[in-house]
Amino acid sequence: MSFINYASREINCKIVYYGPGLCGKTTNLQYVYQKTAEDAKGKMISLATETERTLFFDFLPLSLGEIRGFKTRFHLYTVPGQVFYDASRKLILKGVDGVVFVADSQEERIDANIESLENLRINLKEQGYDLDKLPYIIQYNKRDLPGAMSVEELRRELNPTNVPEFEACATTGEGVFETLKAVAKLILVDLKKGK
Amino acid sequence: MSNPTLVMYDEEFQEINEVIGRLLKEANATVIFLVDKNGQLISGVGETERFDTTSLASLTAGNIAATGGLAKLIGEKEFSILFHEGEKDNLHISIVGGRVILVVLFDNRSSLGLVRLRVKKSSEELSTIFENLMKKSEEREKRGSSDFPFAEITDDDIDNLFS
Repeated sequence: MSFINYASREINCKIVYYGPGLCGKTTNLQYVYQKTAEDAKGKMISLATETERTLFFDFLPLSLGEIRGFKTRFHLYTVPGQVFYDASRKLILKGVDGVVFVADSQEERIDANIESLENLRINLKEQGYDLDKLPYIIQYNKRDLPGAMSVEELRRELNPTNVPEFEACATTGEGVFETLKAVAKLILVDLKKGK
Repeated sequence: MSNPTLVMYDEEFQEINEVIGRLLKEANATVIFLVDKNGQLISGVGETERFDTTSLASLTAGNIAATGGLAKLIGEKEFSILFHEGEKDNLHISIVGGRVILVVLFDNRSSLGLVRLRVKKSSEELSTIFENLMKKSEEREKRGSSDFPFAEITDDDIDNLFS
């Protein structure tokens, strides 16, 4: 649910990065944070455990510039990927405008990807959203690892509805901004339709 | 979609700022924020420049969401008031009209009792403003009002954001 403020001429949208544990959601945000100019970003917040696993969420506010005199802001959130944090994951999805599903390309993580994607669908439904009607993008992360499955195989398992998909290596930043731009664009197009 | 887009107009924005501005004085508070339940900052008065308001809004909403989850677990609808006591500064967080979050930061120049009392009165006023705001945007939506800024943007406008 975006927030349009005519008084301060701002539009705020919320993007959530979803995916199984250790798939690279936080790494995506960290790369965006590192590569964004100081004046376009706010502080990145990570609510993580002592071992750097996301406990509640990561948060990164980005300011992209103006459209028709309106400042366009995106709030990027990640969810905790570990299965037992499901209650927290549901909370982060509240008011979401667009979703990036970060898949781990390694063969041994395919079941975790499928489980997380089903979990995303269920949790969205609980909040009254339909994944097929939301701006939604898949990122195949960790393409650089030797155990990575082919994109065709991943697509067959994870992207039956043919949503936009991107290959990425979040640690080096490859594909990170392409993913972000694509989901932001889908959200703005959605807003344009006046949904 | 489950939630309609929250839209804020000049008129209501000023009304809201009047109410929280008055609350700031009457409660002797340091700073007051209004935050949407999804973590978007709506407005703030007082010494706002001392704080990272965007982070504050996001964490407040996360806090309310987490305690709301706890409330449901024990069979409550929600916990409508949260209070965090620090050595010098304290936070009084309350839900207004079921939809927005009122955050009052105060130090030893005020007291919890005073803040609670004043917040209660202001909350009623704020609830009314937000109810009117919701009605207004619903009506505008029904009319298919053309002041929606994104209705006329082009693909080029969107692409330019990323250039």
